[in-house]
Amino acid sequence: MPAPIRLRELIRTIRTARTQAEEREMIQKECAAIRSSFREEDNTYRCRNVAKLLYMHMLGYPAHFGQLECLKLIASQKFTDKRIGYLGAMLLLDERQDVHLLMTNCIKNDLNHSTQYVQGLALCTLGCMGSSEMCRDLAGEVEKLLKTSNSYLRKKAALCAVHVIRKVPELMEMFLPATKNLLSEKNHGVLHTSVVLLTEMCERSPDMLSHFRKNEKLVPQLVRILKNLIMSGYSPEHDVSGISDPFLQVRILRLLRILGRGDDDSSEAMNDILAQVATNTETSKNVGNAILYETVLTIMDIKSESGLRVLAINILGRFLLNNDKNIRYVALTSLLKTVQTDHNAVQRHRSTIVDCLKDLDVSIKRRAMELSFALVNGNNIRGMMKELLYFLDSCDPEFKADCASGVFLAAEKYAPSKRWHIDTIMRVLTTAGSYVRDDSVPNLIQLITNSVEMHAYTVQRLYKAILDDISQQPLVQVASWCIGEYGDLLVSGQCEEEEPIQVTEDEVLDVLEGLLVSNLSTPVTRGYSLTAIMKLSTRFSSVNRIKKVVSIYGSSIDVELQQRAVEYNALFKKYDHMRPALLERMPIMEKTATNGPTEIVQTNGETESSVLDTKHPATVPQPANQANDLLDLLGGNDVVPVIQTALPTKPASAGGELLDLLGDLSLTGGPTPAPAPSVPISQPPFLLDGLSSQPLFNDVAAGIPPMTAYNKNGLKIEFTFERSNPNPNIAVITIHASNSTEADMTDFVFQAAVPKTFQLQLLSPSSNIVPALNQGTVTQVIRVLNPQKQQLRMRIKLTYTYKGSPVQDLAEVNNFPPQSWQ
Amino acid sequence: MIKAILIFNNHGKPRLSKFYEHYSEDTEQQIIRETFHLVSKRDENVCNFLEGGLLIGGSDNKLIYRHYATLYFVFCVDSSESELGILDLIQVFVETLDKCFENVCELDLIFHVDKVHNILAEMVMGGMVLETNMNEIITQIDAQNKMEKSETFIFQSPRQDR
Repeated sequence: MPAPIRLRELIRTIRTARTQAEEREMIQKECAAIRSSFREEDNTYRCRNVAKLLYMHMLGYPAHFGQLECLKLIASQKFTDKRIGYLGAMLLLDERQDVHLLMTNCIKNDLNHSTQYVQGLALCTLGCMGSSEMCRDLAGEVEKLLKTSNSYLRKKAALCAVHVIRKVPELMEMFLPATKNLLSEKNHGVLHTSVVLLTEMCERSPDMLSHFRKNEKLVPQLVRILKNLIMSGYSPEHDVSGISDPFLQVRILRLLRILGRGDDDSSEAMNDILAQVATNTETSKNVGNAILYETVLTIMDIKSESGLRVLAINILGRFLLNNDKNIRYVALTSLLKTVQTDHNAVQRHRSTIVDCLKDLDVSIKRRAMELSFALVNGNNIRGMMKELLYFLDSCDPEFKADCASGVFLAAEKYAPSKRWHIDTIMRVLTTAGSYVRDDSVPNLIQLITNSVEMHAYTVQRLYKAILDDISQQPLVQVASWCIGEYGDLLVSGQCEEEEPIQVTEDEVLDVLEGLLVSNLSTPVTRGYSLTAIMKLSTRFSSVNRIKKVVSIYGSSIDVELQQRAVEYNALFKKYDHMRPALLERMPIMEKTATNGPTEIVQTNGETESSVLDTKHPATVPQPANQANDLLDLLGGNDVVPVIQTALPTKPASAGGELLDLLGDLSLTGGPTPAPAPSVPISQPPFLLDGLSSQPLFNDVAAGIPPMTAYNKNGLKIEFTFERSNPNPNIAVITIHASNSTEADMTDFVFQAAVPKTFQLQLLSPSSNIVPALNQGTVTQVIRVLNPQKQQLRMRIKLTYTYKGSPVQDLAEVNNFPPQSWQ
Repeated sequence: MIKAILIFNNHGKPRLSKFYEHYSEDTEQQIIRETFHLVSKRDENVCNFLEGGLLIGGSDNKLIYRHYATLYFVFCVDSSESELGILDLIQVFVETLDKCFENVCELDLIFHVDKVHNILAEMVMGGMVLETNMNEIITQIDAQNKMEKSETFIFQSPRQDR
């Protein structure tokens, strides 16, 4: 068979191919020729064939049939063969092929070969792709070579040792003795790789690290080498742009960093040399900057003295002003790392960083944005936010999502005023509305609800915003929710903060209906608008128009809309008397975390008010005390029947039956079956009047009988129970403490403890004075989480002052009715 | 650690690809394509650092590249390497190639891929920088080439010049 073509020929031929198909054809032909040549076991040309195979592999064609041939080449005696064989092994073989283990013996022999280049090849291959088995077998050979005087082999052995350590960490100790005099080498190659080896060992094992610090006195050695490098003047061998061996300098600095981290003595020892490097290095070329950069990182990481740190940050500041983009990028990256620890120092460069936001380079912009967010604090929030919002307007879409979330977080933490906060969020929604995260809509709604004095202003601005643009869904959702809630304020033109606009009810309804029919609205948005329209039925006078809209959507194709419309229709027809109460203004919401079983903020944002009072809720935002909020809402009586659970809310579409909705509502606010206090109670709302409330109510609450937990010295404590609907593992217990003696019990504190498998949450009591002669009760809500459904047991501790003297008592409560915990 | 070294031309054709971590063949080709895509979009006067694509994975990895005439030299590294240092390393590599091939151009890389691999093997081993002194590298390469030539002479086999 004719001699296979040379690699050069092959390459030339492939280059003449004009299409991918032609190229593939040529390659396949050649592959076939190579395969038959391999089959013939042709020793002379094997080398050539494998070379061609490697070329084809680089172009992306499969070459696995050459793997065994590589092994044969490695086993050959000729250097040429070995060279190609090892190259092929590195490119084609890896741990996953079983074939690679066959190499072990060859490599072992070659590691002991007489020619250093063969040894070098073997070390190189082992260091690139040696598997853990191979490394284990050959570690001894590598270690031997680490001690040789041949610098060419020594440096390769050092890097090979690094690879071995990475694959088989247990072998690290083996290389320890060999490292003893690695650093006394003159050859820079060996020095360089030795530093790499030492770095790897120190990073992997804290024991090694302390060993090197103390026993080997590594730091002084490194400092000495570094000093020689800087002071040695011009050395043509290792010079790169006028600096002698910058690569070695950088490596040494990195190792110093690891050694000095967290260790005072080592940091002390390297202070001088770091200062020297920092001040003497020339910064006109990239090389000098690379060294300075590494020095700065080291200074920031070790326990350096403050003067040095200031020097480092100033160097970074200088970098920021450099024209070279790479330097600016690197400076921003390192400032990001140091902003946590040296916040004030970095603040000084804030204006430069903010300027970088306007840079054309994408990588720099991203770094500057991250750094800017890290630098925002209470003092600079206004200025920074202006810049960041401007950036948000003009940046690429890939940044918008991150920037928007960053803005929200910063605004939440540092907002100087509510109006500013709302303005900022509105600005984000109008500019980057489609990129904000999903949970920003409910968060914003909550924020708006809680800033009561801004309602009119907010709804006006939102209304104006959606007149302009209805394509950004989060904005539209928030706007329709607000219009639904505060539409009356909008129409009445009550805005204090800005020029009120004149809007008629019909215009508002036009806008909302427009949202319903627009193609740009998602189904979720449509749901929002429909509910908003419905809510306006109690706030506007044009009820008929609303009724019409609602009944039209009763036959909508979208199931969600249809369900809502049908229910609202029912609300108009059968339950019209309930409508005002159901569609009342929302009360001030707490964040979800503090509410146990109930979720006030649902992700689709729809909540039904269950405040069962005709009056508007308290308009002043309350501190986080849940029970107090609820009590105020009921009209501020001191002792009122407690609302058993926090406001339960249900999305209007869940559980279609209206009766179920009201069934849950009956849990709130109704009178408890406990002995009624003799003070006037705000009566249960007319909501329940429409139904046969008693049986319904009793069904639910009377399911679990109340019990007397404690009755001593005139103090009686009764427990009443509900099961919280969303989460059956939570039992809600209300204690009623009454006092039958003739003197008040003041400073009354009730404490409870439960076994480990339970979790307890105690809400605030209604008061801490138990009036005498059963004139009133102190109530308090306890929530018990019982995931393992074990028998409920409780130990209670009561402290109060009676007739001037403190009384304290402990009791065990074991007689819980089974339904409370099953 | 250096994860990969890639050289490709302005049209994305790979001229050298060396991976120091294992990937399957398909993934390797995909990485080359993706890297080319990211790097070719870059303007001339922006910085030489890029966050890596999805394939070569992880927020830890960066692409550091330099554009010389018709070729892109891309090093994919993780955070343990100094970015500016790698830039210098690329420069040293190219200068070494220049010395070895005498005014190196893309054609030299095309027809002598294995030689380029050998030079690279003297500089970077197992993903770590081995030798940065240009003269040292060239000395070693020359010695090894001499060995090869002497073998072909001794064994009288057809010249294996590739």
